[in-house]
Amino acid sequence: MSTITGVTAADETPTPSPGSPLGGDAAGTGRLGDRLFGGAARGAGLLVIALVTLIGVFLLWQAVPALARNEANFLTSREWVVAGDHPRFGIVELLWTTVASSLIAMAIAVPVGVCVALFITQYAPRWLSRPAASLVDLLAAVPSIVYGLWGVLTFRAAVLPVEQFLQDKLGWFPLFARTGISGGTIFFIGIVLAIMVLPIVTALSREVFAQTPVTHKEGALALGATRWEMIRTAVLPFGRPGVISASMLALGRALGETIAVTFIVSTLARGSDWSFSLFNGGETFASRIANNAAEFDSPQKTGAFIAAGLVLFILTFIVNAVARVVIERRKAFTE
Amino acid sequence: MKIQRFGPVAALALVGSLALSACGSDDNSADIAAAGGGSTDGSSVECADGTLSAEGSSAQKNAIEEAIASFQTVCEGATVNYNPTGSGAGIKQFIAGQVDFAGSDSALKKEEKDGKVETEEAQKHCGSPAWNLPMVTGPIAVSYNLPGVTRLILTPEVIANIFNGKVKTWNDPSIAQLNAGAKLPSTPIKVFFRSDESGTTENFTKYLAAAAPKAWTAEPGKSWTGKGEGKEKSSGVASAVKATEGGITYAEWSYAKDNKLGIAEVDNGAGPVQLNGESVGNAVAIAKHDGEGNDLRLKLDYATKEAGAYPIILVTYEIVCSKSEDPKKVALTKAFLKHFSSQKTQSSLEEIGYAPLPDKVRTQVDAAINALS
Repeated sequence: MSTITGVTAADETPTPSPGSPLGGDAAGTGRLGDRLFGGAARGAGLLVIALVTLIGVFLLWQAVPALARNEANFLTSREWVVAGDHPRFGIVELLWTTVASSLIAMAIAVPVGVCVALFITQYAPRWLSRPAASLVDLLAAVPSIVYGLWGVLTFRAAVLPVEQFLQDKLGWFPLFARTGISGGTIFFIGIVLAIMVLPIVTALSREVFAQTPVTHKEGALALGATRWEMIRTAVLPFGRPGVISASMLALGRALGETIAVTFIVSTLARGSDWSFSLFNGGETFASRIANNAAEFDSPQKTGAFIAAGLVLFILTFIVNAVARVVIERRKAFTE
Repeated sequence: MKIQRFGPVAALALVGSLALSACGSDDNSADIAAAGGGSTDGSSVECADGTLSAEGSSAQKNAIEEAIASFQTVCEGATVNYNPTGSGAGIKQFIAGQVDFAGSDSALKKEEKDGKVETEEAQKHCGSPAWNLPMVTGPIAVSYNLPGVTRLILTPEVIANIFNGKVKTWNDPSIAQLNAGAKLPSTPIKVFFRSDESGTTENFTKYLAAAAPKAWTAEPGKSWTGKGEGKEKSSGVASAVKATEGGITYAEWSYAKDNKLGIAEVDNGAGPVQLNGESVGNAVAIAKHDGEGNDLRLKLDYATKEAGAYPIILVTYEIVCSKSEDPKKVALTKAFLKHFSSQKTQSSLEEIGYAPLPDKVRTQVDAAINALS
């Protein structure tokens, strides 16, 4: 991006304007506007950084005393005894449920979202693309508790036969093993989460695909590419950083979703066997905190739950950092 | 559509409807107060002005909301707010002085927990002993979903084995033995429990530990120690059972009724007892008093062999300071609690799934309320 510097209207006018010839005309707002706006932008940026840091500090400060008293390995233990003199708590079950449900959500939402975005930008006629875009955005407007209720009351009946079928046919594979759970499984909440994050992926991908340079697309078509080949060679590579960015936002939402997960997924009884099955119940970090939020009656108990929240915070942070690195490396292509 | 043509007509319709709606009388309170004046008791509520805030058990949420609604219609200057955040949170806020009284499914504990004793903390906050007044009796229904089985009789041992995962199908011999006439299918039993910390779980496990100690060996508490799938809140477990054939859970009576689930009859040793207001009242009436003077904490006898008493009950207490420095608050608290414990309010609770306090307990509660100062 280059700009032409040093040339102002003052150089062209025949009559000399007041002030020095290189002082510029009076169209600018001068240094004050620059300072105000720059200051405001800088302040907003610093505020956001400060907020995130303060939240991180709060989480650490509340969690560390409880972690210090923990008698079990925090990262590998399945127990969750947080009250009393011998607390033993670990997050491996929570981690598995959170990651599994979010990965299922991503596996469904990203391909479907990208396809919807491609349809809206490349295939749909003009009169259809705007209403279709608004309809998909409406999915984002539905409150998550409504998704929870809908999932439990209506959608469950439709997905249950699919789960039974998979358990019958593929039950030998550990991921699809039979469990006795019928209320709400990781698989089911993965599907509901996919529906919840779909509008995020679609909206951002749509914006990115719409900005593909027309010359690239026309060039591909002129060289004899079919519509799909043009999309594959011109649109998708151009939009990849945007799609990755959209997926990371969607993943952040899926990891942190609380109410729908609390409503839908069945908690496991204490002492249940470990199972890798996707048809098992469980709790995510957010739903365990939500389930017990009313009974935080001692600092130790609160600290243990906040430690779980801290792990979620760090997990999201790592995922976003990795995404940033991937995007930066691809950015050269977009120039 | 031309604005000029439709504008005046629309404006006229809007103004007309607003004007006509003003014709309706808003003065409903006069009718209710007059009707209330006609009944024999409970209408002599000395009203007081002000705002009361309370927090606590979600099991009594529907009952206290009904009482608040009727109280606020009779006493127009009073406002009562109840936040059903859970018994533990309610007691915590009461001790911290954030609310005027707490609703809790269990009385203030006398044993030490995490270095604190609840009764002592409450006494420190009030400057006088805190009293536990039993106000709402919520029966816990063992609710099931078995199409075709309208009557199910269970004993405490069988209930414990079901919720322990030892009895796995509905046509198990131990259940068939108690229900000679019923056609029990071979559907697997799906147990649902409360995934959140709950007073209902605590009372149900206390019942199982007292009535079937050999079958249920785990310590009673707010967190579930048996088997099954966890769902959030009573509404979650009840709707899960409704949607699952062969499902069984323990939930408050009102949730079982609302979702039209089957309710098991419990045989504690004196014959099967059906769940209704009378059988619950019988169980509360035979409970022993565990507190001194006006502290009316009850020791429920879950293993009772009394005929016609439904044993799985949950009594919600209103925990108040016996003495307070704010006379206006005291007057309002007394007025509201008296209204709550009055016969009229208590009998109105039966249709929403609670049992009215038996007369013996009600008179003691009234005496304690009068003694608040």
